Amino acid sequence: MVSNPAILAKGLTHKFGKLVAVNHVSLQIETGEIYGFLGPNGSGKSTTIRLLCGLLHALEGQVEVLGYNMPQDADKIRGQLGYMTQKFSLYEDLTVRENLDFLARVYSIRGKLRSTRILRALEKYQIADRQKQFVGTLSGGQKQRLALAAVTLHEPRLLLLDEPTSSVDPQSRREFWADLFELAAQGTTILVSTHYMDEAERCHRLAILDHGNLVAEGPPQTLIDDIDAIVIRVDTDRPAVAQKCLQQLNWIRSIAQLGKRLHVLVDKTATAPVQAILAELQQHRIDAKVTVAIASLEDVFVAATGYRKG
Amino acid sequence: MSAPGRIFAITSKELKQLYRDRPSFIMVAGIPLFMIILFGYAINLDVRNLSAAVANQSGSELSYQLVDELQASQIVHITRNVQDELELVKLLDTGKIKVGIFIPADFERRITDKSRNAVQIMIDGSDPSITRVARNITNLSFSAHTGQAVSQVGFFATRVYYNPESRSAMFIVPAVSGVILQLTMVLFTAIAIVRERERGNMEMLISTPIKRYELMIGKILPFIIIGLIQASIIFLTGFLLFDVYVQGTLLDLYTAALLFISAVLALGLLISTIAKNQFQAMQMTLFTLLPSIFLSGYMFPFDGMPQTAQWIGRMLPLTHYIALIRGIVLRGVAIRELPDHIHALMGFFVVFLLIAILRFKKQLD
Ligand SMILES: Nc1ncnc2c1ncn2[C@@H]1O[C@H](COP(=O)(O)OP(=O)(O)O)[C@@H](O)[C@H]1O
Ligand SMILES: [Mg+2]
Repeated sequence: MVSNPAILAKGLTHKFGKLVAVNHVSLQIETGEIYGFLGPNGSGKSTTIRLLCGLLHALEGQVEVLGYNMPQDADKIRGQLGYMTQKFSLYEDLTVRENLDFLARVYSIRGKLRSTRILRALEKYQIADRQKQFVGTLSGGQKQRLALAAVTLHEPRLLLLDEPTSSVDPQSRREFWADLFELAAQGTTILVSTHYMDEAERCHRLAILDHGNLVAEGPPQTLIDDIDAIVIRVDTDRPAVAQKCLQQLNWIRSIAQLGKRLHVLVDKTATAPVQAILAELQQHRIDAKVTVAIASLEDVFVAATGYRKG
Repeated sequence: MSAPGRIFAITSKELKQLYRDRPSFIMVAGIPLFMIILFGYAINLDVRNLSAAVANQSGSELSYQLVDELQASQIVHITRNVQDELELVKLLDTGKIKVGIFIPADFERRITDKSRNAVQIMIDGSDPSITRVARNITNLSFSAHTGQAVSQVGFFATRVYYNPESRSAMFIVPAVSGVILQLTMVLFTAIAIVRERERGNMEMLISTPIKRYELMIGKILPFIIIGLIQASIIFLTGFLLFDVYVQGTLLDLYTAALLFISAVLALGLLISTIAKNQFQAMQMTLFTLLPSIFLSGYMFPFDGMPQTAQWIGRMLPLTHYIALIRGIVLRGVAIRELPDHIHALMGFFVVFLLIAILRFKKQLD
């Protein structure tokens, strides 16, 4: 059992009508790791997660979760899964306590254990003082802590979290990730989707999704080290003009402006790109300092998804 | 083994949500109370006291006795005396009266002559139900016509069984209880699942170990309680305001209500597995309610309906409930003597529930 991957997917494909939402995605998630799905809206993160937890039936491909075939054996492992939907899905017209109590019963947590687990969750996620409050009146951060409390109440072996931090402030996000690391340390496997680079960087491993395709996979640092592009940094007083003029060069893959600085991605095969860019800018009388820079995860994302020219 | 726990979780959650949804909660008691009062007072099937005028050209003692007799029958309420037929026609034309009674001058001689009518009754036939009622008068005058003394008119009096006073409340209240229960029960369950889907709770719920049948039964149970409360409100109001007393036993009454409530709740669940949103659920509720109202014997006497209509009627739970409840309330029949209707309602419950459970998938596509 221990050697089994928590999730094993092969050639996973799903269509909505003609739209291919997930296109031959294969991945393997090891027990105890935090695995991230990074991708823009509509890239197929939610659909893939739903396929993995058996809520959608794949058109093609196989899924094995905790050693069981999905979706056929879904009922056998529901008690060991915790799925946090992208949209907040607890009952807003019930109180915090009532929601937790409801879920505890649904997961058949009985008797004394039920109240101890609920109390512990309330303490751990700092919502004990909100017990009697209706969930609809909680703040974004509180809702999200409650959602995590609810989804971990039955101590699942595998957590699937769909954009859990998309509506909370940075402070809450930091705390949330501290909680995730704690859960992972206790042996919980966590799959989390996000469109934040800083969150993606915290994952043990990462898959970048784009238009339903898995376009890059690996530990964040490896992805950065192995980036399939050269990142060139251009410091200038006139970034907008510089960007305009560099856009004319068809061997440049993308340009992103960051304050007074441009991040330019070029193919690894490009010959002497720094000199070429410098020459182009000088021709247009633009003063600039051009250097090769260390790639960031964002550069990896841009290089992988092919979003061109900023 | 953990099924009762999960069913209880759903049921108690459902009750809490209903209790907190104030308008809906008020509706639980409000709808039956409001509708039963409305129906009890406004719909009066006893057509009585049809406004009438008399043209009595005879003036004999016997003719006055006849007029008194008619007045006493309460079928007509004689408001005017006029001279002749023409005036009666004019009053009918202008809608001032529904019935005209013409007693010719040779009334007494006509009574003995079997070939001639003694009295002429003129009826405004625009409303067939009035015609039906007013024809009863012809029975009365016919007795005079056969030559019996008017005092012997009672000899032909019709006897009315089961609802001796012919009070429509006795007839209507039991049936209205069915219409009200169907409306509220179907709506509550139809919306109970669709709402979870709309609010996004369903995606969370189906990712838990809860089983389909647990969810369905958990959703039905709270409304069985609500339904029985509503039935109590209806019959209590019927008794207090309209003197509707139950001839049969209360146990039978509640058994019939329970059977019907279960069947329509299952129907509501079935709707909720088809409807995509609350508006559709509402439409489908009405879609099933209307035929029930028209073809169940609630609106028109079941036996008088065309065969096809009767056939469709038998496919509706309300038809069987009305048959049961009228038997219990009006005739005091023991429910076990109406096994066909019991079986029909049980059948609806099982079939609707099974289809609903099979249709409900623990998946999103
Ligand atoms: N139920 C659905 N019906 C039709 N199209 C859908 C449905 N769900 C998702 N899609 C489409 O599938 C694609 C992937 O969506 P999704 O998995 O939600 O992406 P993400 O979670 O990465 O934002 C999008 O183009 C989206 O519009
Ligand atoms: Mg999504």
